[in-house]
Amino acid sequence: MSRVNTSRALLLLRQARRPGRLGWTDILAYGYLALGVVLMFGPVLWLVLSSLKTPAALLEFPPSFLPLTQKTISVPGHAQPLELHRVRLPDGSVKELAQVRRIGIQATMIDPASPGGPVIRVPIEAREPVREVAFAWSNYTEPLKQFAFGRYFANSLVVTIVATLITLLINSMAAYALAIYEFRGRNAALLMVIGTLMIPITIVLVPVFLVVTQLGLNNSLWAVILPGAATPTGVFLLRQYMLTLPRDLIEAARMDKASEWQIYSRIVMPLTLPALAVLAIFSIMWRWNEFLWPLAVLTKSEVYTLQIGLNAFQGELQTQWHYLLAMTVMTLAPVALVFVFLQRFITTGIANTGMK
Amino acid sequence: MAGLVLKGIAKSFGPVEVLRGIDLEVANGEFVVFVGPSGCGKSTLLRVIAGLEEVTSGTILIDGQDVTAERAAERGLAMVFQSYALYPHMSVYRNIAFALENMRLPREEIEARVRRAATMLRLTDYLDRKPGALSGGQRQRVAIGRAVVRDPKIFLFDEPLSNLDAELRVATRKELAGLHAEIGGTMIYVTHDQVEAMTLANRIVVLNKGRIEQVGTPLELYNRPANLFVAGFIGSPRMNLISGRVGPDGHFEMPGGALAQSGPFLPAGLAPGAEITLGIRPEHVLPAGGEAPDAILTVDLVEQLGSESYLYGTLPGGAALTLRSPLEDPARRGESLPVRFERHRLHVFDAAGLALRP
Repeated sequence: MSRVNTSRALLLLRQARRPGRLGWTDILAYGYLALGVVLMFGPVLWLVLSSLKTPAALLEFPPSFLPLTQKTISVPGHAQPLELHRVRLPDGSVKELAQVRRIGIQATMIDPASPGGPVIRVPIEAREPVREVAFAWSNYTEPLKQFAFGRYFANSLVVTIVATLITLLINSMAAYALAIYEFRGRNAALLMVIGTLMIPITIVLVPVFLVVTQLGLNNSLWAVILPGAATPTGVFLLRQYMLTLPRDLIEAARMDKASEWQIYSRIVMPLTLPALAVLAIFSIMWRWNEFLWPLAVLTKSEVYTLQIGLNAFQGELQTQWHYLLAMTVMTLAPVALVFVFLQRFITTGIANTGMK
Repeated sequence: MAGLVLKGIAKSFGPVEVLRGIDLEVANGEFVVFVGPSGCGKSTLLRVIAGLEEVTSGTILIDGQDVTAERAAERGLAMVFQSYALYPHMSVYRNIAFALENMRLPREEIEARVRRAATMLRLTDYLDRKPGALSGGQRQRVAIGRAVVRDPKIFLFDEPLSNLDAELRVATRKELAGLHAEIGGTMIYVTHDQVEAMTLANRIVVLNKGRIEQVGTPLELYNRPANLFVAGFIGSPRMNLISGRVGPDGHFEMPGGALAQSGPFLPAGLAPGAEITLGIRPEHVLPAGGEAPDAILTVDLVEQLGSESYLYGTLPGGAALTLRSPLEDPARRGESLPVRFERHRLHVFDAAGLALRP
């Protein structure tokens, strides 16, 4: 199975315009694609690797790509593990020695191979720390213990799922009305819906906040779920898709005595599934990553969503970057998984529309 | 089953008049075919009857009840679409059962009706399949099954055979005729194919530019077309139409010369010099044989169909003429063939295109 996949991947990588020959266009194409991969995945990889660095390694300059730490060694006769350094000795030889202490520009070293041996004094510029790759998993385990990750995660999950379901329902009904149901003023309604696309959230933030406060929804998850449930983008996306459904199907359903609700629920909705899947992915990503609005209406930590919770690591005076990065990775993972599982729906249409 | 009455139906899409005052009565159990060239309004008329389009003016009565204001679902009609319009996400069974479910019939009754329709249309083995897994002919039968199962007042067919290949079309045509004989419903059928119209219809309605040109049984239209349009539209190859005038001696004068002894077959009361058009079907033009020829045809093209042949040629005056011959090899291209017109089969049309009867 895995061998088959490997050979297929190799086959994919060996694709060229003319089979068996790598022309300059192929090289350009692969170079462009490689650049794209670096641009897309570079920051994510950087984030993941950085999330495994100790605070000291994070502040290091120049930064290292891999999470590196000073290698230490336990030497009999010393209670603490000692830092291991590579030292250039006066005779020109290079040796790995453990540092006992350092005073000023002088370091006192000891050979870990012979702990009872003589103490060696070297100037600090003659030594270089020995480093090894070490993952600071504590960046993950510590905040999971202290930080209420589980609660924030659950809140985010509730907001995302409930809001996405409501969004799909409301948007598809609106799209049905604007695409299929015939009524006076349909185009005017469509223009108004699309017009709201041009109003950024920052403009309506205060009025919506006032409405939510009047309704007494502050500090409840509904305050995050409800205001954004109907999205003009979603309505427009679904409407455009529904317009491509064959008109005959709708008319056949009308002849078959189906009510508008039945046409919507039994004919149009199943046929709109590809577009619904796309909207679901968008909605999940929007809702999961939403920051500004939840920050405005959620002030108690028990209703925080993950994004607001992460904000807690960012203090006025200092930021706990190692925790922030680790929890950001934790926050990204679910959306990435959703995308991996749902993305095939984006490309899958309904192969056969049943016409002709 | 029900009768249908259309009174003064007119339909415009903006400034475009598609139907201009259609009056028609369809009796209970009748098979009526709307036929006409593309854009004549036949499909629009069907959609108006179905309730999928609103009329601009006029009245529609079904079983004596005014249904003009009723929506498609309330009229109790069933329609078979040109594209079949099967619901692609439903199995054949659910496609056929959909309307019955909407009528809230009990489950057992739905099951029984679907099975009955499936048996009649030989779909029993395909009930679990999706439409995408069916052939064109099978999809066509599902679409018909979806109409039949509802037991509608009137069946409406919108060019249902136009997506089938020639062989399947002939087979399905026979099945439709058999279906009508079996269930006896009122059926209205739209087609641009006059062979379908001739073979299926009890009565044919010929439409042109939003008006009814003639209504009648297939043979009435064939033998007694009311005007030039119907004369040219019904029959394949089309009727020969030769323009000319009434000569001073009362005989027909065509561009190449007078048609001898044609006077008695022209309608009475035609003044000499009147512009008329003479029509004669290809099977009524005969090789002269030993008799005096009416004209000499120069053969331009010979179509050999095996059982018969068609000769396409030109008369001395330049008029085109088609002739049907029962012979396999009646003439060669470029040959001159003396021909004779069967006098009692002549059709005469006046300058306005209306048929004149002797």
